[in-house]
Amino acid sequence: MNGTFVNIGERTNVTGSARFRKLIVAGDYEGALAVARDQVENGAQIIDVNMDEGMLDSEAAMVKFLRLVASEPDISRVPVMIDSSKWSVIEAGLKCVQGKAIVNSISLKEGEEQFVQQAKLIRRYGAAVVVMAFDEEGQADTADRKFEICKRSYDILTGKVGFPPADIIFDPNIFAVATGIDEHNNYAVEFIEAARRIRENLPHCHVSGGVSNISFSFRGNDVVREAMHSAFLYHAVRAGMDMGIVNAGQLAVYEDIPENLREAVEDVILNRRADATERLVEIAESYRGGGKKREIDLSWRDASVRDRLVHALVHGVTDFIEEDTEEARQQADRPLSVIEGPLMDGMNVVGDLFGAGKMFLPQVVKSARVMKRAVAYLLPFIEEEKTGDVQEKNGKVLMATVKGDVHDIGKNIVGVVLQCNNYEVIDLGVMVPSATILEKAKAEKVDMIGLSGLITPSLDEMCWVASEMKREGFDIPLLIGGATTSKVHTAVKIAPNYDGAVVHVPDASRAVGVAGQLLSSTRGAEFAEKVRDDYARMREAHARQQMAADRVPIAAARANRAPIDWSAYRPVPPNRLGLITLDDYDLSEIISRFDWKPFFATWELAGRFPEILEDEVVGEAARSLYNDAQAMLQQLVGEKWTVARAVAGFWPANAVGDDIEVYADEDRSSVLAVFHTLRQQMSRKGKKRPNLALADFVAPKSSGIADYIGGFAVTAGAGIDQKAQEFKAQNDDYSAILVQALGDRIAEAFAERLHERVRKEFWGYAPDESLSNDELIAEAYQGIRPAPGYPACPDHTEKRTLFDLLQAERNAGIELTDSFAMWPGSAVSGLYFSHPESRYFGLGRIDRDQVEDYARRKGVDVATIERWLAPNLSYDPAARDRAAA
Amino acid sequence: MAEQDERIAALEALARERILVLDGAMGTMIQSLRLDEAGFRGQRFADHPRDLQGNNDLLVLTQPDAVRRIHLDYLEAGADIIETNNFNSTTISQADYGMEHLAHELNVAGARLAREAVEEVMKKDPHRPRFVAGAIGPTNRTASISPDVNDPGFRNVTFDELRLAYGEAARGLIEGGADILLVETIFDTLNAKAALFAIDEVFEELGRKLPVMISGTITDMSGRTLSGQTPEAFWISIQHAQPFSIGLNCALGAKQLRPFLAELSRVADTRVSAHPNAGLPNEFGGYDETPEQTAAQIGEWARAGLVNIVGGCCGTTPLHIRAIAAAVEGVAPRDIPPKPTGLRLSGLEPFELVA
Repeated sequence: MNGTFVNIGERTNVTGSARFRKLIVAGDYEGALAVARDQVENGAQIIDVNMDEGMLDSEAAMVKFLRLVASEPDISRVPVMIDSSKWSVIEAGLKCVQGKAIVNSISLKEGEEQFVQQAKLIRRYGAAVVVMAFDEEGQADTADRKFEICKRSYDILTGKVGFPPADIIFDPNIFAVATGIDEHNNYAVEFIEAARRIRENLPHCHVSGGVSNISFSFRGNDVVREAMHSAFLYHAVRAGMDMGIVNAGQLAVYEDIPENLREAVEDVILNRRADATERLVEIAESYRGGGKKREIDLSWRDASVRDRLVHALVHGVTDFIEEDTEEARQQADRPLSVIEGPLMDGMNVVGDLFGAGKMFLPQVVKSARVMKRAVAYLLPFIEEEKTGDVQEKNGKVLMATVKGDVHDIGKNIVGVVLQCNNYEVIDLGVMVPSATILEKAKAEKVDMIGLSGLITPSLDEMCWVASEMKREGFDIPLLIGGATTSKVHTAVKIAPNYDGAVVHVPDASRAVGVAGQLLSSTRGAEFAEKVRDDYARMREAHARQQMAADRVPIAAARANRAPIDWSAYRPVPPNRLGLITLDDYDLSEIISRFDWKPFFATWELAGRFPEILEDEVVGEAARSLYNDAQAMLQQLVGEKWTVARAVAGFWPANAVGDDIEVYADEDRSSVLAVFHTLRQQMSRKGKKRPNLALADFVAPKSSGIADYIGGFAVTAGAGIDQKAQEFKAQNDDYSAILVQALGDRIAEAFAERLHERVRKEFWGYAPDESLSNDELIAEAYQGIRPAPGYPACPDHTEKRTLFDLLQAERNAGIELTDSFAMWPGSAVSGLYFSHPESRYFGLGRIDRDQVEDYARRKGVDVATIERWLAPNLSYDPAARDRAAA
Repeated sequence: MAEQDERIAALEALARERILVLDGAMGTMIQSLRLDEAGFRGQRFADHPRDLQGNNDLLVLTQPDAVRRIHLDYLEAGADIIETNNFNSTTISQADYGMEHLAHELNVAGARLAREAVEEVMKKDPHRPRFVAGAIGPTNRTASISPDVNDPGFRNVTFDELRLAYGEAARGLIEGGADILLVETIFDTLNAKAALFAIDEVFEELGRKLPVMISGTITDMSGRTLSGQTPEAFWISIQHAQPFSIGLNCALGAKQLRPFLAELSRVADTRVSAHPNAGLPNEFGGYDETPEQTAAQIGEWARAGLVNIVGGCCGTTPLHIRAIAAAVEGVAPRDIPPKPTGLRLSGLEPFELVA
């Protein structure tokens, strides 16, 4: 016998693992999957799945678990052993596995007829089989009986059923030894002897067994149990046992078992002396409570330097990058050859894996970090050499976040991805005026311009840049990206302003494909033409849709306002009127309230949290990102990278039409400020739904009821942007993007926490509220906090009014840009409404009648309002102007 | 059925002698007919409540002459085995058109049409046997993949539903005169296992067996099926059906398919087939590879000893099949390796325990 041994993971078995049973009974399949994954990671070559538990619908549990396993490639890469004493459970399991599984088990217990019938079905399902040494008379405990039953089973299977002998695995029953009952002392010996005879006499078959049974008497003493398993296997495997159900994570190395323990254990296993059990029990006491540690796998360090560099790039490991780069440099004829050779090879592997969907954005950004480190290390040597020639790039791309906008996470990600794919990227940063973009594009002779923006006014700025490009006679492609941009907007509003190619890039993963096609000498023109046609069709469709949409006059919309019965409602006055400032707020308290889902969305990883961490496709990427985020948060808090600040205020207020008047005091005679709100104008045609405006949620002045409004602004602080700059300076774009993404989460969570405290203490209209974090994220509370610039009130200019009331610059250190974006970028602001019926809504498109009325109320000209509300207009002001001209 | 036994014996003899040629795409040829909705409906289904354009399998009932003509074109181009026009003739796939009740009839009619075409050609050239392979497609559902990303445990079809649907298709194909059953374009091996389970049941019912060809689909350059298996794991998973051949088709062109075909060819102890697409689709979903280009690749496979049966999938035409037949002519078929004696299992990846 050659001593091969296949270990089958035993932990996904409700009869053998209390932990797994609890998870399954509680319906915690995520946790149950983690157990399976752990087994595979620890080297289980097959996993045994058993759901035989009285409290369970075993069939349903088997089906559910196997289906979930099917969607976890890191588990389902190995075969499954479907383990049940009930045939119906086995058959239900066989219907869920695409691979070739093992059935555990069948036997002659109920007679030959049933045995043959089940074996035939197993064959038809395409599985291998475990046959227990069990017949009509019972379970075999001696070597003779074990062999006799197995031989009979073998002959039936290979003869009558036509079962391939290699697909037959015998389980000659491992029973516990050292139980204190003398009859049990020879059980291990009988098993080992049976295994030897089976393997010698029944060609091609295999022998397996449930190894942990042997040490059943020593439950609670893992050191002794593991030693018993190792010693038992040592002898059984030599006799021919070639598979076994074991805890793959816990197998002592036979040689590592302490001498005295090994001897005592072997005495028991091999039944070598009468007092073996007593002696082992005695020794066992001194081995209680041992444990083991796992080690990080560093075997890749043994490979060649080229392979190490490729490994480091693919796995994003920076730990050894400088020493490896140095080694490669010494071997190379020129430092540049290291970049062109192993480093580019590695990045090509990364590019291919990303293109094939096998790597995800966070991993690619990490790869880029490794690459940048390596290149930074080589640069001085390259300078020294002064050869002058540089590697041919795929193209030169200028990128900028447009004037008035400060959001650049998405732009940075696109930049990194393009650099990974050998594009030279000139990043002009944020709030870049059109003139600077064009000037730089000319000076650098770039091949393409990419514009990014998050807030709606940026859309207009992009149109402006496009028209300026036309005026200046540019013909290079223009890429459009960012959260508020869309293909429709690009087609309808931006593309008509420029004669060159204009392409919307929905996410970073598309950027390389689009850039590559646009710059292709062979396909570039064709691609641009295709996009142009596509966008032209989209414009037509859009125009048709505009005509069709039905809206009502503003007067009719106002008549259909939210039907709130104010006579039946008494607003709760805030506990304190005026301003509250919160400086240097406890970051750990904020972090505990994170909503992680948008964080992953920033990295283009879609899914719910925490499920995303176990996702079949993106799970690995998500886990790694999440771990990095947690590590950075610890540092961020520990080293106090930033100071979170907030200001909130509460004032007497009443609605006047669609406006909300804010008063200096309870006299309500001196108007401090006016918020102008916009009303939905979509036709409700018989549907009993109101046309909402935020003003509906505040008691009308005419009602005589004293109502109130609040406002707030929070920021994660300037430290976030500073830290991002520092990381960029260190060529660590990954950390730069990460810290910004976390900054955004801090601002959001802070806003959420502040809102909670407002409801419970500062305003105090819901003092008894008690909600979980998930309920908070789901906004299951009373009252809303809409932000100017978002769907309910898309006019960003209202932020000015709010900031003046809050004196936000002074009280929280948040400034507004020309486009009313907030600086620092990680900031949130909004208004507080307390009425129980107040809710979020989208304004939708509005007609010119309301725009004119709104302009009059605000005291601004119509054209200005049309510019700010461009995405919400039901009409094209330019078309109207053209018609008038 | 002695006549059929003779045909099976002839098929096995021929496969020992030379590389067999399958036909090419049916869909591409049907598209070129440019049939409109009325063309698909014919008289019989003029009042069917749902759109039928695109239900290619229905044409065995409404445009039998056109389908027979395509079969004849492929036979004349040099195909030894033609596939019936029944890729979607299961109750599950036909449910999209509200035609699940026709599944049996479609399979019988599809096999009959192909049989007629084969007999017509063999009347002229009786010394060269030709064969009808009853096509069994994957259906439009997957038994081991959830269609809902938020609920990975969810399935929109079960093993037993597939088993029943496939059983009905197989019965119809055999009744209509198929010589071979071809389970093809397998992207989820569990679907294929349900089909093979059903076929085995039908064989038991009828008391006789037909050769079964099995062909999987490697969906992209990752080299795996849609449900995640490597070619070897896929082979191990369906090996119990003791198929006449195992192979790969669709999704990729011959050039991209080669490494995966080579892997399968190395491990499979039965005949190996391949019918690739005419290259990768272009931006407009069409296929650009010329007959000469496809045939050059397939000729290389033949000379490298990778294949026993070759043909074409999406985008290939009778011209491609003519070129492929010429390219493999006179090249010896692949030698079938001996059966290994170890225990072989599979998850997404293969597992082997050598005894």
